[in-house]
Amino acid sequence: MSEIINSLSWVIGGAQGSGVDSAANIFSRACALGGLHIYGKREYYSNIKGEHSYFTVRVSEKPVRCHVETINVLVSFDAETVLRHFDEVSEGGCIIYNEELLDTTLDEIPTIDDYGSARIKKTLQKAGLGFSVKDALQYAQSRGAVLYSLPYFQLLEEFAQKTNNPALSKLTRMTNVMALSSSMSLLGFDADALAKAIRFIFRAKKSAAETNVQAAEFMYNYTAAKFSGQDGFRYRLKTKPVDKEIVIAQGNQASAMGKMVAGCRFQTYYPITPASDDSEFLESNEILDLHGSDEKGSTVVVQTEDEIAAITMAIGGALTGSRSATATSGPGFSLMAEALGWAGMNEVPLVVSLYQRAGPATGLPTRHEQGDLNFAINAGHGEFPRIVFASGDIEESFYDTIKAFNFADRYQLPVIHMLDKAIANSVMTLPVFDPGRVKIERGLLAGKISESDKGVAGNYLRFRLSDNPVSPRIPLGTKDAIFWNTGDEHTEEGHITEDPELRTQMMDKRMGKLDLALKEIADEDKAVMYGDKDADIALIGWGSTKGVILDAIEELKKDGIKVKFIQVRLMNPFPSETVSSLLGNSRILVDIEMNYQGQLGSLVRQHVGRQYDHQVVKYNGRPMSLDEVYNAVKRISAGNAPRRQVLKNGS
Amino acid sequence: MALKLADYKTEVHNDWCPGCGDFGILNSIQMALADMQVPPHNTAIFSGVGCSGKTPHFIKTYGIHTLHGRVLPFAQGAKLANPDLEVLAVGGDGDGLGIGAGHFVSAGRRNVDMVYIIFNNAVYGLTKGQASPTLKLGVKTKSLPQPNVNNSVNPIALALVSGFTFLARGYSYDIKHLKDIIKKAVAHKGLAFVDVLQPCPTYNDINTKEWFSGQDNLDPETKKVMPRLYKLEETGYDGIVNDPSEVNEKMAKVVEKSNEWGSKIPIGVFYQNEHIPTYQERISARIPNYIQNSPAGQKIADETGRSITNIERLVNDLRLDR
Repeated sequence: MSEIINSLSWVIGGAQGSGVDSAANIFSRACALGGLHIYGKREYYSNIKGEHSYFTVRVSEKPVRCHVETINVLVSFDAETVLRHFDEVSEGGCIIYNEELLDTTLDEIPTIDDYGSARIKKTLQKAGLGFSVKDALQYAQSRGAVLYSLPYFQLLEEFAQKTNNPALSKLTRMTNVMALSSSMSLLGFDADALAKAIRFIFRAKKSAAETNVQAAEFMYNYTAAKFSGQDGFRYRLKTKPVDKEIVIAQGNQASAMGKMVAGCRFQTYYPITPASDDSEFLESNEILDLHGSDEKGSTVVVQTEDEIAAITMAIGGALTGSRSATATSGPGFSLMAEALGWAGMNEVPLVVSLYQRAGPATGLPTRHEQGDLNFAINAGHGEFPRIVFASGDIEESFYDTIKAFNFADRYQLPVIHMLDKAIANSVMTLPVFDPGRVKIERGLLAGKISESDKGVAGNYLRFRLSDNPVSPRIPLGTKDAIFWNTGDEHTEEGHITEDPELRTQMMDKRMGKLDLALKEIADEDKAVMYGDKDADIALIGWGSTKGVILDAIEELKKDGIKVKFIQVRLMNPFPSETVSSLLGNSRILVDIEMNYQGQLGSLVRQHVGRQYDHQVVKYNGRPMSLDEVYNAVKRISAGNAPRRQVLKNGS
Repeated sequence: MALKLADYKTEVHNDWCPGCGDFGILNSIQMALADMQVPPHNTAIFSGVGCSGKTPHFIKTYGIHTLHGRVLPFAQGAKLANPDLEVLAVGGDGDGLGIGAGHFVSAGRRNVDMVYIIFNNAVYGLTKGQASPTLKLGVKTKSLPQPNVNNSVNPIALALVSGFTFLARGYSYDIKHLKDIIKKAVAHKGLAFVDVLQPCPTYNDINTKEWFSGQDNLDPETKKVMPRLYKLEETGYDGIVNDPSEVNEKMAKVVEKSNEWGSKIPIGVFYQNEHIPTYQERISARIPNYIQNSPAGQKIADETGRSITNIERLVNDLRLDR
């Protein structure tokens, strides 16, 4: 069997709190330092310690944008990881496991619930096996996986003796790095790049960094000495020169960095997964460097008592002229609905970063879904303008964040920037962010008013009726420009009115901004087409399914199947003309979404008048894999797919 | 040129009921601002929803009439983004202590340097007189189908334990006294709370102007009318925390005094403690130039629209070529 170089799917698993993330971050960074592309995704329970979490990293010489079903390298140091993932390991792949846990059985692991346990038992039973780690390993081995056994606790002892540091023998936390390092050794990966990555991830704790580097070296050498590499394990990683223009970024940092560049100086939030990271990143980096100045900028981040306070406080901040935002997830966004309408009514520019997770109610708090599209477009009573803008990946989310603030300012309305758990909890290599690419556009924000902005009473007319539905905006505190705001219908000055004629005019003014936005927003921000424009099959999607769809298109192309993909980015106002023209003459329209209803599909029918022919949906909380999308489209292409395909994979 | 009281008034028709206590509070606010010569353009008055929510429309400063129960977070947001603004929040007792009670407590924890005035008439006036959180248990005001089944909240005590650092109570028909309280509240460094007792002539037929003035509260011997309200300052009461060591003692007194109700009801300043850092001071401790370069004041782009924020330090962490 030939070696497979620089193309693999690597998974590390373990109890939450045992360092799975750190190990995966080290692995990802090491690969990236070795000039390889990676896409990593984190799966975890709503739990602090003890439940199973795992991190999948796909590595390639070309950019990768999603995960695959099979595991080529399964790195474990607990029993649960083996029992949960053994049947995903490919032929020629391997499992690194703790030999001290061979006899642990499924029933001894309380964190695998009855449903999961029954499924695993069924698999093992079918193969005529028992329910221990040993049985699971045997199953994998019989399907061509190579097994690598490591006596972690014994090795810890040895390492402690070798380094003359007896305390280390108790440091079971280090098994994560030890396991990771073994995998790197088996893969033949550059030990220096690994050490560099460890030092980076532990850069805040120098002594821990060095201990971990030593432990990694110890395990790297131990593994190399113990295993020949001629045992059927086919995967290898070889470093390549690093591309200077490539960085490695996590989804929960990109939008926050976009906020800094956008000039967002006030952010409020109430803790919620997976949105909190955005605010915490801003707060951790609250002091900002400025170009051409020794003075510092800053972001004031306020943790509020609830999401109602978060959005209303952000609106208060926005009224002073500061670019202001709040970040939340579905449950929090539900609470924000009333205030969203106030911002719409009073034409306040506000950005809400909506990191979707699986709902309704608490739903699957740490799992992925795109179920909030309809809600984002319709949240709040009555009718008011809002822009809903959806990013497809980490890179887009950086630039889109700046654009979201521009839209908010230019059209003086709330902008809901849709992100999701899959973006927030993934990491990938991507082109370095270019902060100069998107200009800051503040629209009609004036430092002072002119006489023409005043009404008969001499007051500034904040909501002046004219041919332009956008009226000049003034920050609170500006001299000679006093105005009023109210959630009631209001006059041009901002005082309460119930006059029927004025009501109509004010509704027309506010809602008219959406027409203007549709006219002015660039096509690339409305909808984008990828793939073969003359393809018969058109896939349509939005948000984070972009990555998996693009990767699937490439695979389908290898099979001679031509498809195109239309990624809708502006969800409201809906870019009907752009989408319609991008759809062109495609014969088969396939709606692909991470929700039950196919919410985008309905929007397309509503706005474009085109009913999709096939629907590919998933709502089990796990992102779509390359295999799933590839197979689903392939079935459609072959003409033997049902109208609705529900994807169900993932652990 | 000195600002006159008229400079704080708008032309907007006032549609409160004749005899409404709101008028006295409105006048007191305007008089306090004029007395203090607070620049109108540098002042923002936020309000909740209900009759009192209309207050900003009658005052010629920036006026932000927000949502029911949400006046405090709106107001705090503006003050934190622009700490130069003079921010006053006003609202009803239902607004602040019912639907907005969570914000009330949390605002106390922050101690943002601003003023919050509750128009307290014990009923929801604009929705036709339902019981508010300050209506006493068992009281049946005229539009209640049954006597009030809930106990009342003590706004001063709640504000105290929540962390407000200035606590006072006024009466809407004692404008001069209320004006002085509002001036002290504005001058206070930290979050100031003013609970204003006011009749609702339309829906509260129990706590009426006559009731407050004690028309039914006769001295058993002299048969003279005994006004229910009395001024704390006239009794030698001193709620000012001069030294942090006095806090517990002064707080205990606030609880005791604020529980007085019935035939004797205190008004005046219950408590003032300027030893607690304001939220602005807490931010300044982390962001040294916060006040001079506040969120609202920061330049974010150059003349060509290019962002001036330099994220290179953070991007370097993501780079792989070093």
